[in-house]
Amino acid sequence: MPPVIKIQNLVKDFHLGEVPVHVLKGVSFDIERGEFVAIMGPSGSGKSTLMNILGCLDTPSSGRYWLDDISVEELESDDLAEIRSKKIGFVFQQFNLLARTTATENVELPLLYTETPGAERHRRALEALRAVGLAGREGHQPSQLSGGQQQRVAIARSLVNNPSIILADEPTGALDSRMGLEIMAIFQRLNREQGITMIVVTHDPDIANYANRTLHLKDGWLQEDERIAHPRDARLDALELSEPAAAANAVGGAA
Amino acid sequence: MKTLQTSVRIALRALRVNRTRSALTMLGIIIGVAAVIAMVGVGSGATERIQDEIQSIGSNLIIVLPGSINSNGVRLGSGGVATLTDEDAKALATECPSIALAAPAVRGGVQIVYGNNNWATTVQGVTPDYLTLRDYTMSSGQFFTTQDVDAAAKSAVLGQTVVDNLFGDANPVGQVVIVKNVPFTVSGVLTPKGQSPTGQDQDDVVLLPISTARQKVLGANKANAKAVGSVMIQAISPEAMDDAMQETETLLRERHRILPGLDDDFTIRNLTEVFAAQETSARVMAILLGAIASVSLVVGGIGIMNIMLVSVTERTREIGLRLAIGAKQKHILSQFLVEAVTLSLVGGMIGIVVGVTASVLISHFADWSTDISGLSVVASFLFSGMVGVFFGYYPARKAAFLNPIEALRYE
Repeated sequence: MPPVIKIQNLVKDFHLGEVPVHVLKGVSFDIERGEFVAIMGPSGSGKSTLMNILGCLDTPSSGRYWLDDISVEELESDDLAEIRSKKIGFVFQQFNLLARTTATENVELPLLYTETPGAERHRRALEALRAVGLAGREGHQPSQLSGGQQQRVAIARSLVNNPSIILADEPTGALDSRMGLEIMAIFQRLNREQGITMIVVTHDPDIANYANRTLHLKDGWLQEDERIAHPRDARLDALELSEPAAAANAVGGAA
Repeated sequence: MKTLQTSVRIALRALRVNRTRSALTMLGIIIGVAAVIAMVGVGSGATERIQDEIQSIGSNLIIVLPGSINSNGVRLGSGGVATLTDEDAKALATECPSIALAAPAVRGGVQIVYGNNNWATTVQGVTPDYLTLRDYTMSSGQFFTTQDVDAAAKSAVLGQTVVDNLFGDANPVGQVVIVKNVPFTVSGVLTPKGQSPTGQDQDDVVLLPISTARQKVLGANKANAKAVGSVMIQAISPEAMDDAMQETETLLRERHRILPGLDDDFTIRNLTEVFAAQETSARVMAILLGAIASVSLVVGGIGIMNIMLVSVTERTREIGLRLAIGAKQKHILSQFLVEAVTLSLVGGMIGIVVGVTASVLISHFADWSTDISGLSVVASFLFSGMVGVFFGYYPARKAAFLNPIEALRYE
């Protein structure tokens, strides 16, 4: 089976002033189907730019990029939109849900652009909401949901098109640590149970612990490609955090 | 087609989410469309009223008046001298190919008496041709005949105003009225015509045979017993008006033996033209009113553009998100375009209702005839749709060409 993502010698320059800024200086790696990858790096390392290119929101200055065996670096904006619509699910730090719109309608949104019939749209939206544990909240608007719940609606939205990869950009950045762990637990479950390829961009090493592979970027280069044989289980960590006794024990044990 | 359907669904959802703003934006178009419909209604109502009045005097009419003669250096006005005769009228009718009818007439003010009622009115001495020429019809009884004219019969035809004032509700036909101590039998009553374009009551009239009028009522002109006060001419068609006037002038100059270089001793006036000028001015007024109202429609359109631009800026992140999850530029473009067109069309529909209501109220309370044409309703509806497309396109394009990365990052 070919890798779901294959990039070769990816270069991205920005021309802001007279001097071009080299943000990515030749990055190459493959991501296999079913992997859970964290992309890490300090700000300015080029991880956001890499994420935009992986998400087909931007095109590289040079280098090759195959997503599901499709060469995407030379596609026009409408074809990129098509790829985003069918193969990529996005999860953002700020959730980006439509205000005054119910959870179901928010989740249905990507299906509107693939011209899915109404009944099926509704069925799939409900199914995706169930998959992230939001059954019973279908009619709630974002303002009636907690941050963690809003992020789960956003994850449901990213799932609804059955994408090849889910790209999450600092998905826990706007949440407290317990909610962040719950989100990571959902990602791990989707990755394990449904085999969805997960790519999480983060600057937080604790979050990267839940992936089974970490790509470290620095100054536009891929600095380290680290595989983790036994990543931490976010569900257990979340449980531990929500039970003060267990948490106290953990702290006591450490001391 | 699918794209459009999707866009309509998304746009309607977005408009519903922002109800107040949508309503306020529509207000501009509502006022614009309502103003166009009401103003055009008022304007075309006025035009129609004038047209009716012009219709009421008869069609393709030319009037010839005697006079305008230079007598020892003193120029007298029209009608100053009795130079037109019965024979002139007959000659005009028979010899000029462009003239269908020529009816001579004399007129004067009299007091008409029936029983113990009396009424001051205008007497017209005419021939039966006058009836055809002025498009009069009879509401009861008969008009007098050519034989009656030849025999100077004492029969009279009354206008409705005269009937109302002398007889009330009684039937006047066959009754005897007294004019200048001469008894006349009422032979018929004219169908009411209402006001003339100059504001005269066309029903306040008594028609007598011209011979009788001259001999018994108004008194014959001492210089010329055959003199008439005017000759009314009907051309055979509207296009023949100029020819008819030319033929009239040539024939009358010949008959009156006026040498080349000398002034006419008569005046020819094109009646239809005089009143057509009034109609034109009313129509110009209607167009002007419509144009001014259209300006408010355009202002309403600018309001839509304004709100759509604000909306695009405010929803930059939403647009970024939509692009990220698979919307194409055409989806975003048509979403915002459909929003703008929906605002303007719904505004247009409400505007039509308001406009029609307004003109009904105007005609009811201001007693001003208004005329809502289907055309102005359809046209202003279509125009409001075009306003939506025209003023919605720029904001929609701006939205569609946003860079998704920057849009997502927009605060």
